[in-house]
Order: sequence, then C-alpha cells, then structure tokens
Amino acid sequence: MSASTEDLMDFDAALERYDPALGLEVHVELNTATKMFCGCPATFGGEPNSQVCPTCLGLPGAMPAVNAKAVESAIRIGLALNCEIAEWCRFARKNYFYPDMPKNFQTSQYDEPIAFDGYLDVDVEGETFRVEIERAHMEEDTGKSTHVGGATGRIHGAEYSLVDYNRAGIPLIEIVTRPITGAGEKAPAVARAYVAQLRDLIVALGVSEARMDQGNLRADVNLSLAPKGSERLGTRSETKNVNSFRSVERAVRFEVSRHAARLEAGLSVVQETRHFHEDSGITTSGREKSDAEDYRYFPEPDLVPVAPSREWVEELRATLPENPTAKRARLQTTWGFTDLEMRDTVGAGAFGLVEQTVAAGAAPQAARKWWVAELARRAKDAGVELAEVGVTPAQVAEVQGLVDAGTINDKLARQVFDGLLAGEGTPAEIVEARGLAIVSDDGALGAAVDNAIAANPDVAQKIRDGKHAAAGALIGAVMKEMRGQADAGRVRELVLEKLA
Amino acid sequence: MSSTSTTGTDWTRRSAAELADALAAGEVTSVELTQAHLDRIAAVDGDADAGVHAFLHVDAEGALEQARASDARRAAGEPASYLDGVPIAVKDVMTTTGLPTTCGSKMLEGWVPPYDSTVVAKLKAAGLPILGKTNMDEFAMGSSTEHSAYGPTRNPWDLTRIPGGSGGGSAAAVAAFEAPLAIGTDTGGSIRQPGAVTGTVGVKPTYGGVSRHGLVALANSLDQAGPVTRTVLDSALLHELIGGHDPLDSTSISEAVPALVDAARQGASGDVSGLRVGVITELRGGEGWQPGVLARFDEALEALVAAGAEVVEVSCPNIVHAIAAYYLILPAECSSNLAKFDAMRYGLRVLPEGVESPSAEAVMRASRDAGFGDEVKRRIILGTYALSSGYYDAYYGQAQKLRTLISRDFTAAFEQVDVLVSPTAPTTAFALGEKLDDPLAMYAGDLATIPANLAGIPGISVPAGLADEDGLPVGFQVLAPALADDRVYRVGAAVEALLEKKWGHALWAQAPELTTRQGADA
Amino acid sequence: MPDTPPVLTRDQVAHLADLARIDLSDDELDHLAPQLSVILESVAAIQGVAGDDVPPTSHPIPMTNVFREDVVRPGLTAEQALSGAPAAEQQRFSVPRILGDEQ
Repeated sequence: MSASTEDLMDFDAALERYDPALGLEVHVELNTATKMFCGCPATFGGEPNSQVCPTCLGLPGAMPAVNAKAVESAIRIGLALNCEIAEWCRFARKNYFYPDMPKNFQTSQYDEPIAFDGYLDVDVEGETFRVEIERAHMEEDTGKSTHVGGATGRIHGAEYSLVDYNRAGIPLIEIVTRPITGAGEKAPAVARAYVAQLRDLIVALGVSEARMDQGNLRADVNLSLAPKGSERLGTRSETKNVNSFRSVERAVRFEVSRHAARLEAGLSVVQETRHFHEDSGITTSGREKSDAEDYRYFPEPDLVPVAPSREWVEELRATLPENPTAKRARLQTTWGFTDLEMRDTVGAGAFGLVEQTVAAGAAPQAARKWWVAELARRAKDAGVELAEVGVTPAQVAEVQGLVDAGTINDKLARQVFDGLLAGEGTPAEIVEARGLAIVSDDGALGAAVDNAIAANPDVAQKIRDGKHAAAGALIGAVMKEMRGQADAGRVRELVLEKLA
Repeated sequence: MSSTSTTGTDWTRRSAAELADALAAGEVTSVELTQAHLDRIAAVDGDADAGVHAFLHVDAEGALEQARASDARRAAGEPASYLDGVPIAVKDVMTTTGLPTTCGSKMLEGWVPPYDSTVVAKLKAAGLPILGKTNMDEFAMGSSTEHSAYGPTRNPWDLTRIPGGSGGGSAAAVAAFEAPLAIGTDTGGSIRQPGAVTGTVGVKPTYGGVSRHGLVALANSLDQAGPVTRTVLDSALLHELIGGHDPLDSTSISEAVPALVDAARQGASGDVSGLRVGVITELRGGEGWQPGVLARFDEALEALVAAGAEVVEVSCPNIVHAIAAYYLILPAECSSNLAKFDAMRYGLRVLPEGVESPSAEAVMRASRDAGFGDEVKRRIILGTYALSSGYYDAYYGQAQKLRTLISRDFTAAFEQVDVLVSPTAPTTAFALGEKLDDPLAMYAGDLATIPANLAGIPGISVPAGLADEDGLPVGFQVLAPALADDRVYRVGAAVEALLEKKWGHALWAQAPELTTRQGADA
Repeated sequence: MPDTPPVLTRDQVAHLADLARIDLSDDELDHLAPQLSVILESVAAIQGVAGDDVPPTSHPIPMTNVFREDVVRPGLTAEQALSGAPAAEQQRFSVPRILGDEQ
C-alpha cells in the first residue's frame, strides 16, 4: 500500500526505451428491461433489494433463463465491432467467492464467447488506428456493497458492509481487445480514443446508456512494457474501473511511467490488479494475481447452448448503425467543418453530441461552438466527460434557437447554461425566471436612449454634427443601463434617429 | 389390504388411485384421509433416535387446511385434479413457501424459502395436501439417508437397516404407510434405489421431463424429480401431474408428457407379447451382487417370458465406467452449486472462535465447516479439484466424454430391444452404519442406477419380492430411451401385475407391522 | 496428468479446502485426505477411456436457444428477500467486513 511513493520515470523518457502494449477490457451494462437471467427490472436506482427474485438472489433451487434481448444486443455489439458471431457457444460458471455475488459464481462465458475476432478503427489525432477485438461475451453484474464504519466509507477499515442485490444479474457485455502494440507515445491517446469511440458506437446501437459516471461503461486498462525492439511482452498490470475517458489516458501514462521506473531500477513488474485514483491520477496496488485465482470455469449446466442462426445474425446486421469512420467523413462534409474543426470536435468527445444537437435543430457551426468551446471548458473545470457535463444536446439546440430568434445573445446564452447546470428548468424557463430576454421594446429602449443623451450632452452634440462613430459611447451607456439585455443594433438605430 | 383401523377402513393402506376414487365417490373426505396419514405419522415416525424418521417437518395444520379447501372444491363439484385431496410428502430438497427446506443440512436449518418450487406449485394447484418434508442425505449426497444432519431414516422393513438414499425419507414414508405418494429426486438413483430397498415404486423421468426450478441442485445435469409410490399406476398419475415444460427451467424439455397413466393401465393387463427386453450384461451379477437379489430378478424375467416377452442379453460396455464418471461430474457441479451457502444471505452463520471482528471470508470458512457434513465436504473438495485448471480435461472433461460413450451404448442397445432391465441395486438394504466410513463401498451400490442419469433416460424400480437371505425387498429396474417414459410404465406395470398375480398380493401387504415408537430403546 | 499418481496430499486438500472456503480442522484434514486419495484413485480409472474423437456431453438431452422474452416478471419484496438473512440493516444484507478489494 506504499504505492503513492512509487518511483516514476518521465513519460517521454520511458517511451524512448520501452514499447508499451495496451489491453482494454470494457464492460457495457445493457439497457434491457430485465436482467440477464431473470425477469427482474434492470433499471437503476430502486429501493435496496426491491428488484430481486430467487434467481438473482441466488436462492437455493432457483434457475436462470437467458434474456433474448441481451443475446440480441451482444450479437449487435459483436457485429458492430466487425466480429465473427459464434455458431454455437455456451455460458460458463466463473467460480470465486465474494459477498456481493449471490451464487459465488458469475455466470459468464469462457472459451466460447458469442463474438470474437473483430476490430474497431479509431481516429487518433487525425490518424486511423486499428484496435483488434479478441472477444465480446455475455455475463452478469454483481450486487453493490456499502461499507460501514472506518474513516472513509471505503472497503478498507470498514467494520461491516451492507449489500443490495438490485444490480446483481444485470446483463453485461465484456469487450476485450488483443494487445495493442506499436502505439508508442500515442498509447494514452489510443486508449482514450478507443474507449470514447467504443462508447459512441454503443450509444449509436442503443444497447446501453453507456454513461461512465453511472458505471454503465467500465474500463479496465492492462499495460505492459517491453524493451524497445523486443518481441516479447512484459508483465502486465491490470488497472480496474477507470471511470472516464480522461482517466483512461491518465492511467496509461501513469502506468507507463511506473513500469519504466521499476524496470529501469532492475525491479520486476508485479502481475497485479491496480486501482486508479481520480483525484491524484495515480494507481495503487490491489491484489496480487496468484494461483488462488483459479476460477474453475465449466459450462453452466442450468443453461443450454446459444446457437444463433445465420439468418438471425444477418437480420441483426441489417439493424446496425452506419460505420463510424464513414459516418464521420459524411457528416464533416454535410456540416461543412474544416479538418481542424472536425478533429477538435472528435477530440473533445463532442462528435455524437454535435450530431444530436444538429438533429435537434441547431446549425452545425453553432452546435460545434457550444460543445467544443463553452461546454468543453465547463466539463474540464468540473472534471467530467463532456457527455456528462449536465446539459443535453436538445437543451443546447433550444438555447441556440433562442439566440436565433433574437430572444437572447451569445453572452446571455452563457447565463442560460449556468441556469441549466443549476437545474433551474428549461432554457425558456431560465430566460423568463432570470429576466434574460433582450429588450427590443422601443418604449423602454427609447427611455434609456433619452437618459443617455441627457447624461452625455457633449457626445450627443458630436453625433448631431455627423460624427456617427461617437455613437458607441451612448450605446455602451444604454447597454449598461439595460444590463446587457438590449439588442445593440436597435439601440444604435434609435440613437441615430433621435440625434438626426 | 390386511390391516384395518378401529374406525373400519384403514385409508393409509390404499393406493392413491383408490383414495382418489373414494374421494370422488364421496366415501371419504380429504380431511379424513389427511388426518389418517397424520395419525400414522404420529404413531410410527418417531424422531432421530427411534421410529422410521421419514419426516423432517410435519405440517399437520397446513395439510388439514389444504384438505378442507379440497373438500370444499369437491363439494362444489370443482375438484382441481383427479388426485385433489390425496395427501403427499415432499423431499426436503424442494422449496416450499411456509415450510422449512433444509436439504437435510445444518446449513439450512430453519430456512423457509420465499418461493415454491414448480413441482410444489403444481401439487398445490392440483389440490394435494402436503403432509410435510421428508428426510434425505445432506444435499442429496448419499445412498443411505445416514448423511442427514438430522439423523437417519430407518427402513420400515427392518428398522436397523438403511432405507436407501438420498431420498430414504420419501421411500420410507410411502413404505410405512405414512403417505400414499411422495416426491423424490434422482441424481444417481436417489428415487429408484430407495424404492428397491423399501419395496416401493420409484421413477426417474427423462432428464428435463419434470421442472428442476426450486429443486436445490446437487448435480444440475443429472438431477430429476419424480414420483415415489406403492403402485406403478400411482407413479403414473403423479408423474403426469408434475411433468411438463417449465419456462423457469431452461433445461426442461418442450415435448408433452407421454400418456403415462394409459401406459400403466395397459401394462397392468400383464400382456407383454412381442416386447423385446434386454438384460444388461454388465449388471447381471458378479462380485458384490447378492444372490437373493439375482434370484428375484431372474424370477421376474421368467414371468415376463411366460407372458410373451422376448428376453435377450445386451452389452453396454462403457457402463462399467459410470460410477467413476458420475463421481467426477457430480462433485464438480455440486462444488459450484454449494458455493452459495456462504452465511451471507440465508442459512447458518457461524463466527470463528477466538477471532475479534472476523472478516466475511473468515465467517464463510467457519460457517461452511460447521454447516456441511463430511460427505458434502468430501465431494466439494473432490469437485474443486476436478475443476481446477490443469485437471479439468483429465477429470471433468473425460467424465463428460464417458457420458457420450454410455449414451451411445444405450442408443445401440435400444436399436435391439424396447427396454433394458437390471436389478435396481446389487444388494438389499444394508445395516445402518455399515458403510458410513467407506465412501467407495457406498458409491458401488449405485452402479445400476447411475447410467440412466448420465444418459438422461427414464427408469423405474418396481418391487421384485424379498431376498431369501434376509427377507428384504429387491427392486427390478426398467430403462427406456429418452422421452419414452411411457415404456417404463407399461413394462413396470406388467412386472408388478405378473408378480402380484404370482404372489397373490402386493409386496407391501407383507410389510411388517410397525408399532408406536418401535425401535425406541426405552 | 496421467503421468502423476492421482493422490491428494494433505497440503493439496488444505489448498482445495481454502479454494472452497471451508475451514477444515487438522483432524478433518487427517481424516479426509486419505479418503479423497482413495476416491480419486478409483475415479481416475476413466482417464484415457474416451479418445480425442469423442465429444463431451454436458446435457443429456441436446437443446439450443432456450430464451426468455425481455419482459418484467414480479419478483420478491425486499422483506421476502431479506427474510432468511442472518443479519440485515437499512433494507440490505449485513455482512462482516470484506477483505481484499472492491470488485
């Protein structure tokens, strides 16, 4: 547990001497109505232990029954990742004891995954990088423990734990990459881009809410280093539950530096599970992998094999969304984005958000501007993913609609976003409640213009003398009095009219 | 047929079919029948120390309440089934709401499930009052019911002998007239072998023929629930009632239950002309086979030949490996099934001694040590080994391949004959304690029953008489191809009818009288 | 495997018991280890009986694609779920402190 004091090597220096090999395991929680093996609701956030039955509670005698929709989602994910779909595969029991696992085995798949041998092409800073997918398989989630006592509410030091099994049995698809080599210094970016673009794909498939902050999408990052030019892979560490795209990138960077420092010091890398800490950006040692981790897999005898017919597979293939790379190229043209704008959009994780915002009625450039500039900044400040910043594409489109209608301007729009993040209601409600609407009523504006003229007789005279450039000072005074909520163009017209 | 009670008819000596007819004819009420059986239980069942000890829990109040409801339905002319009102006993491995389900283990002492197994739900829907839950080897591991954590069941034919296992409680309850019907479960013979040694009828249906939902799994790919009765017809009636597809059991077969009652009635005529019967060469005697068992088996064969059957010998060479394959598959599956008993959600929780603030892991270890008996621990450890990486292919994998070979042997055999037959068990009931510390000797008694579980085919054991050496019951086993359960009923009923004709009475009419608290040392 | 004698040492049994989360006492280890060796020796006889060409049977009645529609079915109430719990608190199962890591 002395990991925080571990030596690190500078990242760039590390990559001069070592080649990183990455492996990513992503768990996707499906959005089916019911759990993987029983008819309990798979929804999030019920009262504790209110969404359970004998099966997902692991009661003696209870039996599993496979959710057809989960199998369908697994196949669609497999197809979208260019995988082969097994003609015949089975569920298997992964045996280990843990209090939040009701049966003390997880019903998963072992050497017969439903999907295998695929790939995902990801865009990394304008280059396409092919990530090979080893497998995607079906399994079930565990319950959730709350730790009581001790200082931090964490597992260590707790006096006891309270377990809620509502989550137990919710369908998961685990997607495992082959070792990703050759990325060099881009390894952290590749890892991030893979997870981000996998998420986009999952969202496009509509099979999961895919929110990392909610745990719908969980990434484990495996990393090993090999001396530059060496063929063999080094010992790997497995960093668990890295909960944002940014954390994926940081976890890779940290592990590269940590492994390199150990290797450089002549120490071996321990094959172990590590935990990533969002606050400090470091990983700490978890449990060592040992032969105690003998999962004793065997085919689940309570279930029969899954043998998707080729007809079914082809039917599902026809439901797939457009290939992401082709789609990005198509929409760049449609939207009229430059290469740089497109790269920034994708890099900010805003591609899907812009698409949805445009679909909700906003102009592409306006959508890009809000997401890539304004909201990306706010997400960064809050330390969350852009998609999880707290504003939806529909809301952004509505805000832009208010700008287009002249109700507010860009500056006021930022206040509307403040209101949205504070949960003050819809954009229109916020404009109303905060009194943000631009005043275009000539009566109110006229009075303000008269006040400004009266307060600045010298300036007024210059304008009467034809020096229209002087109007700026009066306009500024009017805007100040109107607290910014005036249409500056109309104010100028009124000033010039009155002093003609 | 011989015994009568003080009030005239002794309803406990009737078959379930006779009871159903009497109910339909208005000769008796379900409350009277149920009370008669409860009285019989009170008289002879005793407890862990004396008596038959077939029951772990008797639910007099619940059974009588169900009986009253049954009588009300019948009075309204709306019986829920032919067997509505006929009481039944259920092996304690089936979950029952409102009644403890312990599986004969300390681990589940006092556990009352919040759900009914599909079989029990069907019994309730059909109106059969549930008398109680019957004793069994802990988690169905054993062939003698001596591995029950609550004390052994005793064989009603000789209270110093075992009643077979794991379902010794269900068989003994039926043999001792404590229940006309019972539910058993058969993983390697746990219905048929107790049937053989208690002189009752027991049927293991085709795998998947009866739902396993709510049957606390021993070995999922082998377990089957089935009927335990005194007549073949009663088994057919009960089997038709509990059988059929269940969406809650993904391994339950979709085929409709064959016409079993018709088959049993047809067989009862004793006409087996043209029937091709194969005697399994490998189960025809040799070391470990009791002469009296083989003699009764041969007599039954002769009766079949005399009635027109053609009897030939058929070899199933791979069944000599059945016990080994079984004792790898079963421990492997059960080691995983029994992992859920960890003291976290239900059941026994034991805190390790002398440990302050023990961890969940320490509590699991202490509870599992305290809650499981020796046989369960043996099998869990053996199964853990068989599934370990590096050993899987050599043990579990090989055992699964042997299943294939055994199934192929049966398939080939059934191309030559309609049914296969053997003695159900190589010996009659052995003495309590005789094999308790010799697991291999105990396992060897299952050699004739295990192959059917490995291949998933149906089998019946019917009484074949009493062995000359010890005067104890012998069972005659009939096996048929998967889904042809009707065949075991037809042939089983024929054997029953032919032998009863020869003896002039049913075997159970010879059962010794049991007196209240018999066997008590006081 | 076939080249090593199928005997379970006391240490192996202790390791397996550990994997199976059973706290065997020394007496139990002394008692069970030889019994298990005898059983294992007996069942090990099947090794090599079935050749590589024999497919394993995991289900006696072959079936595939048994699925359930994705439709919610009534389950248990929290009260029923917790009815057998050795300890419960805040509508949750109360379990002793968990060693090791968060899953």
